[in-house]
Amino acid sequence: MENIGALALLLAFCISLYAIVSSVVGRLKNKPFLTLSGERAVLAVWALVSTAAGILVYGLMTGDYRMAYVASHTNRDMPAFYKFAAWWGGQEGSLLFWSWLLSTYAAIAVLTSRRGHRNLLPWVVAILSTIQLFFLMLVVFVVSPFQVLAVDRVVTSVADGMGLNPLLQYWAMVIHPPFLYLGYVGFAVPFAFAMASLIERAPGDSWIHTTRRWTIVTWLFQGTGVSLGSAWAYHVLGWGGYWMWDPVENASLLPWLGGTAFLHSVMMQEKKGMMKVWNMVLISATFFLCIFGTFLTRSGIVSSVHAFAESPIGAYFVSFLAVGIAATVWLILDRINFLRSESDLESVVSRESSFLFNNLILLASCFAVLWGTLFPVITEKLSNEKVSLDAIWFNRLMVPIGLFLLFLTGVGPLFAWRRTSIDSIRKNFQWPGIGTLVVAVALFAGGMRYPYSIISLSLCFFVTATIVLEFFRGGRAVAEKTGTGFLPAVIELTHRNTRRYGGYLVHMGMVLMFIGWSGHPFNITSVGEVAKGSTLKVGAYNLKVLDLFEGDTPNYQWETAKLEVTKNGSYIGTMEPTRRFYKAAQQATAIVALRTRLNEDLYINYAARAGDKATLQCYVFPLVSWIWLGMLVVIGGTLVCLIPSKVARSYPRTEVVGVAKANAPVEA
Amino acid sequence: MKKYAKFGILIAIIVGSIAWVATASIQSSKTYYVTIAELTKMGQQASSKRVRVGGDIQEHSIVRTGNTVRFNLVQESKTLPVVYEGRDPLPDTFKDGAQALAGGRLDDSGVFHAQEVQAKCASKYAPKPGMAPEGLQKKIVNKV
Repeated sequence: MENIGALALLLAFCISLYAIVSSVVGRLKNKPFLTLSGERAVLAVWALVSTAAGILVYGLMTGDYRMAYVASHTNRDMPAFYKFAAWWGGQEGSLLFWSWLLSTYAAIAVLTSRRGHRNLLPWVVAILSTIQLFFLMLVVFVVSPFQVLAVDRVVTSVADGMGLNPLLQYWAMVIHPPFLYLGYVGFAVPFAFAMASLIERAPGDSWIHTTRRWTIVTWLFQGTGVSLGSAWAYHVLGWGGYWMWDPVENASLLPWLGGTAFLHSVMMQEKKGMMKVWNMVLISATFFLCIFGTFLTRSGIVSSVHAFAESPIGAYFVSFLAVGIAATVWLILDRINFLRSESDLESVVSRESSFLFNNLILLASCFAVLWGTLFPVITEKLSNEKVSLDAIWFNRLMVPIGLFLLFLTGVGPLFAWRRTSIDSIRKNFQWPGIGTLVVAVALFAGGMRYPYSIISLSLCFFVTATIVLEFFRGGRAVAEKTGTGFLPAVIELTHRNTRRYGGYLVHMGMVLMFIGWSGHPFNITSVGEVAKGSTLKVGAYNLKVLDLFEGDTPNYQWETAKLEVTKNGSYIGTMEPTRRFYKAAQQATAIVALRTRLNEDLYINYAARAGDKATLQCYVFPLVSWIWLGMLVVIGGTLVCLIPSKVARSYPRTEVVGVAKANAPVEA
Repeated sequence: MKKYAKFGILIAIIVGSIAWVATASIQSSKTYYVTIAELTKMGQQASSKRVRVGGDIQEHSIVRTGNTVRFNLVQESKTLPVVYEGRDPLPDTFKDGAQALAGGRLDDSGVFHAQEVQAKCASKYAPKPGMAPEGLQKKIVNKV
């Protein structure tokens, strides 16, 4: 079996090579049968990689403990769900997973754009196959997932495998890596189309129109992956945090930031034919950040709390990145004339300029995160001292950047294209502006003394007001025209231009997340050693220890504390924070007792036990559920963006939507 | 080109202030990665700098009393006694033999006071001695 898997991968490697050659030669010599055979080669690669993946998964599910990968990532007692997830649980498997996703994406790209892009497709095939070749090279020659265990050249099997870290045996953690990978890999396709149109000097923005939906889907996957990771950290790790600027977290955030910038700036190209070079740079940067992210998590060049096997594949990634970036830069510079902008910036107070600043900020934050992540590497090279920057640095920098971005979120969509008149500013911003000041003053008067929280919450109000105003005005206009009720009119409005109104919903989700983050300075912590009968106070809550007890199951031992919880004197229930010790992995893990409400979470972690005393860590986290709520709204809004608009839109380049038509809804 | 001057000024202000915040905060938040050997050599200097020191947690060295946890870090046969007094709970990966990274300051008596401790399992889970499957101990990789 494992020989067939390895053979399939080797064949896929050869066929990818063939796909590159036949597509390029076919396009250059104008031989359609060669390019067609290149497209079919992509499908063949998909079939082969799927076979290999199927064999590995079969081995994992049936417990074929002759295979090294199966033995080190599963054990007999593991539920089937986690056995399947072991596919991407380790290095070899996850690279195979990468490769399989890429082949799937490539096959879909070939099947869906066979008709429209005869000239672009051969290059798309060639570029995607080049990336595929790199990953196949890794799984064929460097870290094969099909190695078998052998003692003195005799294949042996072991009785049971080593299992999966119990910390990772949690549903969000199982689907978190595939989402991130779907995001990482997905950016390869828009990148390939962008490069193809550069190579062909294709007129127009067809690559953007073709890949727009693709980019949104990929961005959604990436964002969902990041969200799941942070939700998992909060619910499972027992420290109550959700983001600590760890290099591996940063690696997943970077392509998301790049992709966000790209999604905004393509609108400039669609509408105005501007920022063409910029978009090329952005999509390439996003793609290479994805590769870089994979590299960072796999190479161990910066130390991280995320345990990954360190391996020699780092050098391969660095070479791939270097060659890829050099080729892309050369290509863009060589064809820079073809990317000339069709219009100019006209005013600082305009939609164009708000896009420009949005991009500037997103890219600056991207660069800042990259810089902070690589700081130990940089200082080690420069001064031989390994200096790292911790979460304090990131927060000090990213909090103001995030707040400025939030401000732009409110302002940008209300500015008109080209330039905005004082009148329209007054019309659009008067009430939200006044309301924002009122909120800020009220928060201060109410005793809030954290400037960032005050700014954040009042900006949240501002953005919400502008978004609600947009929906309200548009909905009212539609309602008047069609004579329907207001709510159906809002749905109709959204359906007419899903990208615009879905985009607003995404913005709204971000606002909810900012509300959640604003609660952070008000966290309350209380740690105490308790015995049976003693009490612990955290914020308004009183915890009385009713009992401490422990138990044993075949899989793990556990200790738990039964607490009676009262808030301001009134009884609200019992909570049982638990600690488990998994025998197979010799690993403890906390089952946090959590009481989630919209205003605050009560979070209790059973930390340790000494004799008849237990250490409990209790926290009150105000507003934290708003973050998860916001993430859901972002996902929902993005899904709305993906629904095709009812009204087919054209992109008139010369239309002036400015002073005269300030009241007309501006297409976004 | 007044318009472009305006854009230029705005961009310069934004980029400038980000760069300023970034560099200004480096001083207060930078931590030095050192080995145990380097740390002991630094002597007096070490107590003024925030450092992070890595190593393996010595077997059976973890002693918990209330909120403080004492343990020893071992790196290249050098041992460093560490006292953890931080607020956050120690991670579940913190256990005998795990790799740990302690951030904090060295006091005059040579005890390292850690405010934060990160720990990760040595890349894979080593089964208990004696329990390790034979095939895994003497793994001869058979490349297909």
